[in-house]
Amino acid sequence: MRRLSWFNATSLTLGFAFLYMPMIILVVYSFNESRLVTVWAGFSTKWYGELFRNEAFLDAAWVTLRVAVFSSTLATILGTAAAYVLVRGGKFFGKTLFSGMIYAPLVMPDVILGLSLLLLFIAVGLDRGMLTIILAHTTFAMCYVAVVVSSRLVSFDRSLEEAALDLGCTPWDAFRSVTLPIIAPAVISGWLLGFTLSLDDLVIASFASGPSSTTLPIKIFSAVRLGVSPEINALSSILIGFVTIGVITFSISTKRAVVRRQREENAVT
Amino acid sequence: MKRAALILLPYSWLIALFLIPFVIVIKISLSDIALAIPPYTPNLDLSQGWAGIKAFFAQLDFDNFRFLTTDDLYWKAYLSSLRIAVVSTLLTLCVAYPLAYGMARAPDEWRPTLMMLVILPFWSSFLIRVYSWKAILANEGLLNQFLMLIGVIDTPLTILNTNTAVYIGIVYTYLPFMVLPLYSALEKLDGSLLEAAEDLGCTRFQAFWLITFPLSRNGIIAGCFLVFIPVMGEFVIPELLGGSQTLMIGKVLWEEFFSNRDWPVASAVAVLLLAILVVPIVLFQRNEEKQREAEG
Repeated sequence: MRRLSWFNATSLTLGFAFLYMPMIILVVYSFNESRLVTVWAGFSTKWYGELFRNEAFLDAAWVTLRVAVFSSTLATILGTAAAYVLVRGGKFFGKTLFSGMIYAPLVMPDVILGLSLLLLFIAVGLDRGMLTIILAHTTFAMCYVAVVVSSRLVSFDRSLEEAALDLGCTPWDAFRSVTLPIIAPAVISGWLLGFTLSLDDLVIASFASGPSSTTLPIKIFSAVRLGVSPEINALSSILIGFVTIGVITFSISTKRAVVRRQREENAVT
Repeated sequence: MKRAALILLPYSWLIALFLIPFVIVIKISLSDIALAIPPYTPNLDLSQGWAGIKAFFAQLDFDNFRFLTTDDLYWKAYLSSLRIAVVSTLLTLCVAYPLAYGMARAPDEWRPTLMMLVILPFWSSFLIRVYSWKAILANEGLLNQFLMLIGVIDTPLTILNTNTAVYIGIVYTYLPFMVLPLYSALEKLDGSLLEAAEDLGCTRFQAFWLITFPLSRNGIIAGCFLVFIPVMGEFVIPELLGGSQTLMIGKVLWEEFFSNRDWPVASAVAVLLLAILVVPIVLFQRNEEKQREAEG
């Protein structure tokens, strides 16, 4: 058992303090009585109340949620197919172009993606609204799903699939009953990643949305541009809370699944 | 047959919604602004047949690109974005390396938790994380209150709405992108190599510099690309934390498009930005593929 040197302990402490301090401050000040965000004037939950009476925010939240569910589901299907093709597809015409189109959106600046998608929607005469945001989000989220799933596909034992094929499975059966259960955690985290990316996106949604469909980040952005506001602090705290609970639940449940699988494997051998 | 369908589905989606849009951007960057809907000219008129296509191509020109070179604003914005991206990538590396190193050296049973702690901010909203610095860095903000309380400074520092705030915001939001590839490179490192080096008379620092650092090269490369490329086109951070003197090309593009409604110039700005980024993007993709093949 290794022990941490003082250098490593310090860098871990400082690093995590830097990562978490701003968010902790944000959450603490969302319970501030005063409208001034930098002066503490006592505990209050009134900003949460104001938030839930704000129709515009609630509408935007509903739009955002629907967009995120649809686009991450579509992205998971397309991205898993893309990962499978990339890792197991062998050689085919234009594979370099294909993998380029998978990796490029991961780093491509949002402003370029947003602008180009908007110009496409205008060129084909598609009215901007929820549908266009879903199409835009699906496109970049599927690339993240593809990368997450392909790293899982690379690391798993291919002979399992081959055994299924030898035993008379069709390729589709082999995929469904052998490959899919093994890559399921990666597929689920791909979906979750797509979902949060979609919830989070400001720039691409600003280009792809029309006046009838404002998403939550667009709403937040136009509010915080003017300055700091306690309602936004309250809203941010709620979002941070959801993400924290989600990530912790997910990582505990995957850890349990891994432990269970190991126990089963031990029981067999 | 099924294989073809499996390939075609994601392939055609990406061609339709990723590749074709770029062709359209290039086309509009060669067009002229017009008071119409859509606000550019020419539009391809297929009803006139071949003559329509010829007339369409005859009207395309490089005027917008010429305009970008004549107006100081644009090349200054490109240079300033480049400088901000390079400096902030190096800063992020300096902050991320000790953190990733500490994680890789931590006891095994801590690691999943530490990993989750790095990923957690990455999952929470980018916009909110940028916004959280506004209350900290403001003139009457918490950082200045704290520094004045402990007596380091007498008058508040102006940090918000300067480039310093932009650097802090970038390092903060992009830190997980740098830490994760570094950690996965450092974690694989065989500890016995370091012990061997120390047995052979290396100091701790020499062992780090001669063994750990070169072996984490892949992680450093991947992390730097993951930070540098998107920061070049960053819009939210300079808009929220930067001031009027913070010039970044993503902000220029946004303003050309949304405020000036000059779509052809905005497209030309995007095409030039992409031209600058093509080399790093291709290098990034090569690096990822090489690692995928090495693992597979």
